[in-house]
Amino acid sequence: MNQPKPPTIGRRTVLKAAAAAGVAQVAAPFVISARAAETLKIGMINPFTGVYAAVSNNELIGAKFAVEQMNAKGGILGRKVELLTEDSANDVGTGVQKARKLIDRDKVTFITADVNSAIAQAVAQVTNEKKVLHIVPGGHTDPITGTDCHWNVFRVCNTTAMEANSVAPVLFKKYGKKWYFITPDYAFGHTLEAAAKKDLAKMGGTVVGNALTPLGTTDFSAYLIQARAAKPDVLLVLPQGGDMINCMKQIAQFGINKTIHVAGLQQEEESLIAMPPASRVGTWMFEWYWKQPGVPHVAEFVADIRKRSGGHVPTARTWFGYTALWSFKLVTDKAKTLDAVKLAKALGGLELPPQIKLQPNKVYYAAGDHQLRTSSFVGEAVANPKGDPEDLFHIDTVIPGDKTSPPDTETGCKLTWPA
Amino acid sequence: MTAAVDKAAPVAANRERARSLAMLAAIWGVLALAPFWMPYLGGYTALGTRVLVLGLGAMAVNFLLGFTGVLSFGHAAWFGLGAYGCGLFLKFIAHSTPLSIVAGTLLGGVMGAILGALIVRRRGVYFAMVTIAFGQVFYYIAFQWSSLTGGDDGLRGFQRAPLDLGFTTVDILYNSTAFYYFVLICFAAAAAVMGFILRSPFGRTMLAIRENERRARFLGIPIELHIWIVFTLSCFFMAFAGSLYALVNNFADPLGLHYSQSGNFVIMAVLGGMRKFWGPLLGAAVFVVLQDYVSSLTVNWQFFIGLLFVVVVLFFPRGLLGFFQQRVQS
Amino acid sequence: MTQLILFNVTNGLIIGAFYVLMAIGLSLILNLSNVINFAHGGFLVVGGYLAYTLEPYLGFWGALLASPFLTAILGLAIERVLIRPLYGRDPLYSLLLTFGLAFMFEDGTRFIWGAQGKPFTVPDFMAQSLSTEFFFLTGYRLFMVAMVAVTVTLLFLLLRFTRAGIRIRAGTLDLDTVSALGVNVRGLRSLNFGVGIFLAGLSGVLAGGQLGLEPTMGAGLLMPSFIAIIVGGVGSLIGTLVGGLLIGVASGLTAVLLPSASEAVIYVLMAVVLLIRPRGLFGEEGMLT
Repeated sequence: MNQPKPPTIGRRTVLKAAAAAGVAQVAAPFVISARAAETLKIGMINPFTGVYAAVSNNELIGAKFAVEQMNAKGGILGRKVELLTEDSANDVGTGVQKARKLIDRDKVTFITADVNSAIAQAVAQVTNEKKVLHIVPGGHTDPITGTDCHWNVFRVCNTTAMEANSVAPVLFKKYGKKWYFITPDYAFGHTLEAAAKKDLAKMGGTVVGNALTPLGTTDFSAYLIQARAAKPDVLLVLPQGGDMINCMKQIAQFGINKTIHVAGLQQEEESLIAMPPASRVGTWMFEWYWKQPGVPHVAEFVADIRKRSGGHVPTARTWFGYTALWSFKLVTDKAKTLDAVKLAKALGGLELPPQIKLQPNKVYYAAGDHQLRTSSFVGEAVANPKGDPEDLFHIDTVIPGDKTSPPDTETGCKLTWPA
Repeated sequence: MTAAVDKAAPVAANRERARSLAMLAAIWGVLALAPFWMPYLGGYTALGTRVLVLGLGAMAVNFLLGFTGVLSFGHAAWFGLGAYGCGLFLKFIAHSTPLSIVAGTLLGGVMGAILGALIVRRRGVYFAMVTIAFGQVFYYIAFQWSSLTGGDDGLRGFQRAPLDLGFTTVDILYNSTAFYYFVLICFAAAAAVMGFILRSPFGRTMLAIRENERRARFLGIPIELHIWIVFTLSCFFMAFAGSLYALVNNFADPLGLHYSQSGNFVIMAVLGGMRKFWGPLLGAAVFVVLQDYVSSLTVNWQFFIGLLFVVVVLFFPRGLLGFFQQRVQS
Repeated sequence: MTQLILFNVTNGLIIGAFYVLMAIGLSLILNLSNVINFAHGGFLVVGGYLAYTLEPYLGFWGALLASPFLTAILGLAIERVLIRPLYGRDPLYSLLLTFGLAFMFEDGTRFIWGAQGKPFTVPDFMAQSLSTEFFFLTGYRLFMVAMVAVTVTLLFLLLRFTRAGIRIRAGTLDLDTVSALGVNVRGLRSLNFGVGIFLAGLSGVLAGGQLGLEPTMGAGLLMPSFIAIIVGGVGSLIGTLVGGLLIGVASGLTAVLLPSASEAVIYVLMAVVLLIRPRGLFGEEGMLT
């Protein structure tokens, strides 16, 4: 009968605890600045909300995994690595502000940003001003490592020119020389289309028309009516993300792929997953693919990522994030310094080891334009996969980055180093 | 009885004046010293600059909304036009920061004046809808005219020029503290003009229109003309803020004209208190700082921003300043 | 060329029909409650995602029926708790509230269903074109148009011949009088709001069959509906109907004649209407001005 009274946890106590936890959460960013700089911070800015949320998340999964591996191997120069993420919300102003926040307040050593090419370029302006080493994981527009290049900015994903050069010859040889373009009306689309047109002209083909579609187009029927009336051999679908999905859904429903060969220069696992089977048609280029039998370390990488992504396979985006983060570690190990200029000099020409590159050919950052020369995976979309439901692409050829990219003397990049 | 009132009134008025003077001093003190105290609270100078610029935008919206009672939900258009005007001037015409601000302010203000003349007869929800739609027209122009504006990628390739004061040049490009003070001076100038207008007889008629449009009309006030003038002034202030915003980022993009940006300005005004002159600035400070911190904590920060809208509308319709004042008085 | 124009006009009517469905829901709520429902796109997305979730259990047809009802229930709950306190206050507040709700919907959808887009599949027999000549007439698109026609006709019949419908129409014109006559205005507004959101949910399911399901899909569809209402005239459902079809055809036609302007044309159309006839094509003078 004389049992001790159980401690009563009243509503107030719970509320207090919750409030304290809440305050701790909110106060966290205030506290970070006060902590001693024993960890080495890397900032990642990406549009985690908005239309690029899915691909941004995959880049984050790859980046986080890279940090986990690095810390297991003693971090960078003996310091533990911490990854700080900021949402650019697909808005350049926000992206720039977040870059200043990461550099000024959080004192990050490296920056990786952004899926959106425009934000990547704007952030590059800030990182250049602040002399911070910056790797662009997944913004494709050419000037980043071309006419608008900076000594401190490197890029993992392909340029639009590399994408065009990888697929164009295949399409021309296999499917015909009259092409029609459906092009998203912004820098990415313009440069992609221009590159493909250049290739086509060189091979002796003709452009029978093009439709410029605004970003965020939901209904492509009017453009598709135009396209079919032009009677091309190949219809090139260049929009990405949600626009790509909407366009391919309508192409399949209209049966356009029965009379015209549908293709494009870039396709992503994320988009194919979001399409119904009937829309998964055509010839495309993937920037990385998870199923590469016989290539060392790929299977382990896929298994490790599955454990961290709720069972999903890594996509090209996962690999971009992973590679961008590992590049920081590789170059600091090589140069044994945190001086941005020395690191940038060392990163130019750096070749990725097999456990990072996860593909057959030689992969390296070109010293002249800071663009990673990475392979293109050209093949066909798979409507109904037999094995894994996420095995949605069939690779025909893997073309090394040296073949798809012009030499770094011809990309329009002139690096000016700080005195 | 009457004598007592007569005696008490000046005392109360004096106290009132002293209080508002103290408040003014406090506001300017906090703003002027921001670069020194902010780092201790985890802030950074660029954040302070952003608060000033967006706060000015919110005050411009409130000039129309809070003091004349007209809701424009497309004001970001003038903000964005100011930004493009400023950026294009710096990029193509001349490398001068003050002139680029003038150019941006003129572009946004004049376009606002023209558009305002078309829609000034509409009221209430209809006015809001029409302003949203016209705002989107400019958004589309900025988006589509890529050869001039850079389209969706935004306008890049310009930088704020150092200030030439004759005896010395001030580097406002790399020195973020100097730039903060430059923006603060611009902000102070705009706030002074705004305050001056509100204290003038014209400002009184604005309040009269807000309180009872029909009565104001019977008093012989040309309502449409007045609303048009206020709308135009508000557009000029907005474009001025937009010009500064282009200088903050060295960048202008279509999203600055989007109606969601208009919504942010309106919520800043309401959050701070739309009947108060300084309300929108407080609202902007809370909004910008909250957004900055919450978005670092969680990817789902937009949910909390949306929640903020809901909470403000349901529980603080008079804004933070109005709320505190009520508490003080009761 | 004539064939191309004919194709695009027909195609524009199909697109317009979809705008109509969304815009009429928006218009109903605006007319009776004076609320610009910015969250309409959010409800549309919820409708689409609910259908995606229900499809494995109920099949396409079951999901098509159930999802709009569930969306409407959500809408009623939100109206009851959040929007009802705002009636009678400055429209500014309801506008800001629904604006905030739109953010919450987008983030909530992403939180629940993930950022990765979802494939929503329509029955095979509908997902094909009816003839190779008129390839853009797929079974699904015709079904969509039929759904819109049936729904809108039903709605108009309800508004004309049922007691609640007549009251809603009367309330649109003069709510004070309707209230003075002893009608339960609160209940009427709730019902009206529910019907509006039902239409948003239905639009979401129909859109899901043709577009990719993504948390952000609602925002892009909201603006054309706005324009449809302004062009048609605030306060007139017939106006909204005509406005929706008109902007569909206009953007279809410009896609042939001046492709780069096919998005901007609806705004130009709106500006012209506002200049020549400020109240909109079918708007009554004095309504909501």
